[in-house]
Amino acid sequence: MSADNQLTRRQRDDLRAIAAMIIPASDEYKVPGADDPAIQADMLATLGRDTKLVAAALDHLARLAGAPLAELDAARRDAVVHEFRKSGGAAAATLVRVVLQCYYRDDRVLGSLGLELRAPFPKGHVLPDGDWSLLDPVKARGGALRRAP
Amino acid sequence: MKDPVDVLIIGAGASGAAVAWSLAETKMHILCLEQGGWMNPAEYPSTGRDWEAKFYGEWSSSPNVRGRPEDYPINDDNSPIKVVNYNAVGGSTVMYTAHWPRLHPSDFKVKTLDGVADDWPIDYEALTPFFEENDRMMGTSGLSGDPLSPLTHPPMPQQPMGLSGAIIGKAMNKLGWHWWPSDTTVATMDYEGRARCINLGHCTPACAQGAKSSTDITYWPHAIRAGVELRTHCRVREITTDENGMASGVVYYDKDGIEQFQPAHVVVIACNGVGTPRLLLNSASGRFPNGLANSSGLVGKNLMFHPYAQIYGYVNEPTDSNRAPPTCLWSKQWYDTDLSRGFVRGYGVQFVRGAGPVFEAVVSEQKGILPWGEDHHRVFRKLNGHRLGFSAICEDLPEEHNRVTLDPVLKDSHGIPAPKVDYTISENSRKMMEHALARGREFLETAGASDICVNSPIPWGGWHLLGTARMGTDPERSVVNEWGRSHDVKNLFIVDGSIFVTSGGVNPTSTIQALALYIADQMKQRLANLFD
Repeated sequence: MSADNQLTRRQRDDLRAIAAMIIPASDEYKVPGADDPAIQADMLATLGRDTKLVAAALDHLARLAGAPLAELDAARRDAVVHEFRKSGGAAAATLVRVVLQCYYRDDRVLGSLGLELRAPFPKGHVLPDGDWSLLDPVKARGGALRRAP
Repeated sequence: MKDPVDVLIIGAGASGAAVAWSLAETKMHILCLEQGGWMNPAEYPSTGRDWEAKFYGEWSSSPNVRGRPEDYPINDDNSPIKVVNYNAVGGSTVMYTAHWPRLHPSDFKVKTLDGVADDWPIDYEALTPFFEENDRMMGTSGLSGDPLSPLTHPPMPQQPMGLSGAIIGKAMNKLGWHWWPSDTTVATMDYEGRARCINLGHCTPACAQGAKSSTDITYWPHAIRAGVELRTHCRVREITTDENGMASGVVYYDKDGIEQFQPAHVVVIACNGVGTPRLLLNSASGRFPNGLANSSGLVGKNLMFHPYAQIYGYVNEPTDSNRAPPTCLWSKQWYDTDLSRGFVRGYGVQFVRGAGPVFEAVVSEQKGILPWGEDHHRVFRKLNGHRLGFSAICEDLPEEHNRVTLDPVLKDSHGIPAPKVDYTISENSRKMMEHALARGREFLETAGASDICVNSPIPWGGWHLLGTARMGTDPERSVVNEWGRSHDVKNLFIVDGSIFVTSGGVNPTSTIQALALYIADQMKQRLANLFD
């Protein structure tokens, strides 16, 4: 079941607001912020087992803010978020992780990082074999295993 | 009632698979009960775009986080190092880094050499043919000739050095320190039906390519073809005994949750250093009130984890990141005792090639080096794809207060009491970890790294579960004898990491499997008088 229905409207609004504070959009890097509608939709669709902790984190945030986060002035918002990070514990950490894990799999974001838009399997990656003559000093130094009686 | 089997093996992981395969040639009726099922590589994380996110949920290395029906909970609140494992055909070889060092000859003689802990009742030479046999069966890659490691003969060449390996090698050379390509169980060429590694990168939580060796694709197909029966989704509750104090079979829950009794002439436990003491303690009876095979009182005691001291940083050059198996090189520079360092024994080092973008973002945010807000993007681009790591695997010495007991409250989904872990890091280990972090910092600075971060210990680093049913010749100071048979119950054998006497400073799976093959060989040689 989608978590879309498991978070209240207020919780979804606050999630979007704090996501924008974590990762704002950037013209310089040509990437959306974490409040982007597609990234938010990904978060809500895949919250799954994290729903309970994320909801708890958003409730904690709401208590600290006393009003929708987006409606606070910048200074007050910063103060609330500072306290949220300090006192939010595992729930806050889970919320931040959910934001980051959905942001860093978005096609536009990965594209801007120069990463391919695909799963690792089945193509994999190619590694340079390297210059194994680097091992020559180790071979030259030698050494011996500690003797066992 | 079911017909008795000749040999009943509990657990289809690293050691259970090796024993099953080795004993199969006897043509005895061998049955293995495994609480997990067969894995489907098509569903492994690296087949999907959400490959990194899965590591935080259904593919977590912690059974407590993962919470699959095949898992059992573990109360490790009273331990700075949390237990990680996997429960399936293949066990934790499904989910491991495939780093493949083995114990050194000196590791079997720590009392004689350094005056600490105990010597093993067997030596390295006794295991040598079984190390070799196991390397062939698991399919290892590496470069023979490391001057500071036991001589091995990997059938496949070492992994590519990659970008990270070159940076690591140059820095270690500048410092004049030892390094060498790791032996691994990653196939670097097509091998025994397994396709070669194509650098999926995210290979710790299972390899979709099948290049990483796990016993579901190595030992088990051979064992089953040779006639071994493997029943999955069968969780053993207890081992029963008869009026003579011999093991008579096991009580288990089948895939439908129905309680069953399976009689057996010989029982072999292969459940790892937490699962094995849990099972023995859950098998207490009137005759064995303190748990089965526990006249020494040592079942569950002397738990050894290997505290990991990890330090990492970020270099200007690109590293391999998630585009390669995570480990490729090791160092044995500080493996042997040097009392001038302020501690006894030593540690091995495994170098880390990098991390994927989600892992990098999550961990760096937690460490406070990846900011929120406008500067996030600039800093992330500096960190992502530039990580280099140094992880010291510190020898953990046996201490009886580090132990596995039964939790009085916590139970698994079948109502079986769960294990409880009490563990502290010793002063000797702490000094060793501090030494390793200082050497790691020198290494990273020589490599030009900045933003250096530390995980010491790695909290979710309890991969190596050792020592809780130790082997020895003295029944008052050990649980099994020098060939794995219980001192108390003459038809009960233990073949997993719980029989380790000391831990060495290396990943233990190679040695666990060599021991399992050695014990199976001893059993085969003694079939006529196995219970004498």
